[in-house]
Amino acid sequence: MGSLETTASAQVPGEQLERMYRSMLQIRRLEEEAARAYVQGKIGGFLHLYIGQEAIAVGTEAALRKTDWVITTYRDHGFALTRGTSSRAVMAELFGKDAGCSRGLGGSMHMFDAENRFLGGHGIVGGHCALGSGVAFRSKYLKTDEVTVCFFGDGATNIGGFHEGLSLAGLWKLPIVFVCENNLYSMGTPLDRTLPARDLTDKAPGYSMARDRFDGHDAVVVQAHMSEAIERARRGEGPTLIEILTYRFRGHSMSDPGKYRTSEEVEERKAKNDPVRVGRERLSNAGFSEAAIAAIDAQVEEEVQDALKFADEAAPALESSMREFVLAGGEL
Amino acid sequence: MTQKNMVQAINEALRLEMQRDGRVVVLGEDVGKVGGVFRVTQGLWDEFGDDRVIDTPLNEAGIIGTAIGMAAYGMRPVPEIQFADFIYPAFDQIVSEAAKYRYRSGGEYTCPMVIRTPYGGGIKGGAYHSQSPEALFIHTAGLKVVCPSNPYDAKGLLAAAIQDDDPVLFFEPKRVYRAVKMDVPDEAYTLPLGEAKVVRPGEDVTVVAWGAMLYEALSAAETVEAQGISCEVVDLRTLWPLDLESIVRSVEKTGRIVVVHEAPKACGFGAEILQLVTEQSFLHFQAPPARVTGWDTPFPYTLENEYLPLAHRIVPQLIATANY
Ligand SMILES: Cc1ncc(C[n+]2csc(CCOP(=O)(O)OP(=O)(O)O)c2C)c(N)n1
Ligand SMILES: [Mg+2]
Repeated sequence: MGSLETTASAQVPGEQLERMYRSMLQIRRLEEEAARAYVQGKIGGFLHLYIGQEAIAVGTEAALRKTDWVITTYRDHGFALTRGTSSRAVMAELFGKDAGCSRGLGGSMHMFDAENRFLGGHGIVGGHCALGSGVAFRSKYLKTDEVTVCFFGDGATNIGGFHEGLSLAGLWKLPIVFVCENNLYSMGTPLDRTLPARDLTDKAPGYSMARDRFDGHDAVVVQAHMSEAIERARRGEGPTLIEILTYRFRGHSMSDPGKYRTSEEVEERKAKNDPVRVGRERLSNAGFSEAAIAAIDAQVEEEVQDALKFADEAAPALESSMREFVLAGGEL
Repeated sequence: MTQKNMVQAINEALRLEMQRDGRVVVLGEDVGKVGGVFRVTQGLWDEFGDDRVIDTPLNEAGIIGTAIGMAAYGMRPVPEIQFADFIYPAFDQIVSEAAKYRYRSGGEYTCPMVIRTPYGGGIKGGAYHSQSPEALFIHTAGLKVVCPSNPYDAKGLLAAAIQDDDPVLFFEPKRVYRAVKMDVPDEAYTLPLGEAKVVRPGEDVTVVAWGAMLYEALSAAETVEAQGISCEVVDLRTLWPLDLESIVRSVEKTGRIVVVHEAPKACGFGAEILQLVTEQSFLHFQAPPARVTGWDTPFPYTLENEYLPLAHRIVPQLIATANY
């Protein structure tokens, strides 16, 4: 692992580091504003923030081609953005507006973007793992060299849907990478109360899969590891199960007061492993001036404020949409 | 006697049943230390410990399957499914295993467990935090289905469900959880399963509802009262076995019936209720039996007030039925 990290950082060009930093900051700032809008009652229901885990989506995107596929859980805003969904479309979806990426019908947990090969936003834990295998099956069936990356949490590794998805992918050597974003908690319950194994990738050999396990707060490191697994899948050498160690800085969702962990624990993780800060440090180390970094910050800020204004002013989801998208052929 | 909301009343029922009967255990995601996503099991872990208030991994089929095994062999598990929308991974366990235990063992084994789960809209939860799947379980022979509308009923019905020898689905209206407070006795009591209650007597139209929609039915009844239409509102409380007798008694007085439910219309429980009443009381009808329900669509995110059969949608139906 060590060698991977040094070669990775040695080779990363400045523009790549800039892209990564910009992308992580975009997720961070958009979600911070979403959290505020939620408190103001402009976003309803549930809002699961990705803050603290941004390096994973961003590092993965850097390892992907635009023709590859991403499928994930309800903690999906970051992935929509890294895949290429506009800040406006993401924010409008959060606000339940017709201009949202899912027409305001999905909300926070159900972002989709077919054009950018982002397959959503899935609210039923584990439900999407076999879907990922199906997407990979298609790629293989059509003899493309596309790869699917399927994300889920540590809690998800306990449900049948996860195992059934892996079982088929392992058997058929599908071009897919399964990524567990292990943030140590399944909602309010810590891992050690729900999982007897310490290393989640112990599950890989049972499905005859390759495995990898690493720390996920540095997008450059994430990219290096993800590239290996993605290219293995692309070469037709089958799936990989990856565990990325991470931490969410906010509650499980906005309605979680987070009493199950101490604020010292959270603060320590923020101080040590903040992906946005690490990304900024990498920029500095690569010779970016403070002014150059401030310019990026300003551009991101402008984009986020624009998205916020757009979402606020956009027309609400249409009552007709409710019926239009139930079955093909429109209105019921 | 103290004022309690439904969360407190259910919590108390669980605590009293656990004190009374050592076979009763609670299990589910986040139910222990955290006290459940809606805090319904708060404090139980402190009192009864890990052995009886069990934090499970995220695996509904495992939770329900294990509970079935416990129940068949002498325990009284009360598993919690965080939201009714997450019950489907365990659907096979409920339908294929729990519901048929008594039947396929010729009465040798039973499955005395209570699956508690919050259901219904009202929190902008969108497609997966809002559904009302009661009809699927009523359709499955071998299950009982309970849905209280208020704290007092919730406490007594839950205790009765735990003491019942068959598997019970206990749907808790999350919209009502903290919205309604009333006097609830501090001591243990049960209310019999299978008994509906007339919560507002009337002469012209029978309105049948349960759970959160009861309040919408009552509010609509109030509104049309001003126009001289007197509604008799029946709170089912237990959906299955259905207290058909109470409904029939009311309909034979009023000659008119409207059923209100959140679930979609197609194959919703309203269809079954109306057909059963029709079979018995056809000649008493003075208007076509009617339903006001959710739409035949997935549950929407922002459009939930358009989706739910709220009072403003019930009122026109009551007027139309009364004036037919
Ligand atoms: C089948 C199912 N059961 C329960 C839930 C409720 N729920 C949503 S997220 C969650 C915890 C998941 O934890 P993890 O997989 O670690 O992902 P994280 O939220 O930490 O990213 C639970 C219990 C659900 N959405 N689906
Ligand atoms: Mg987790």
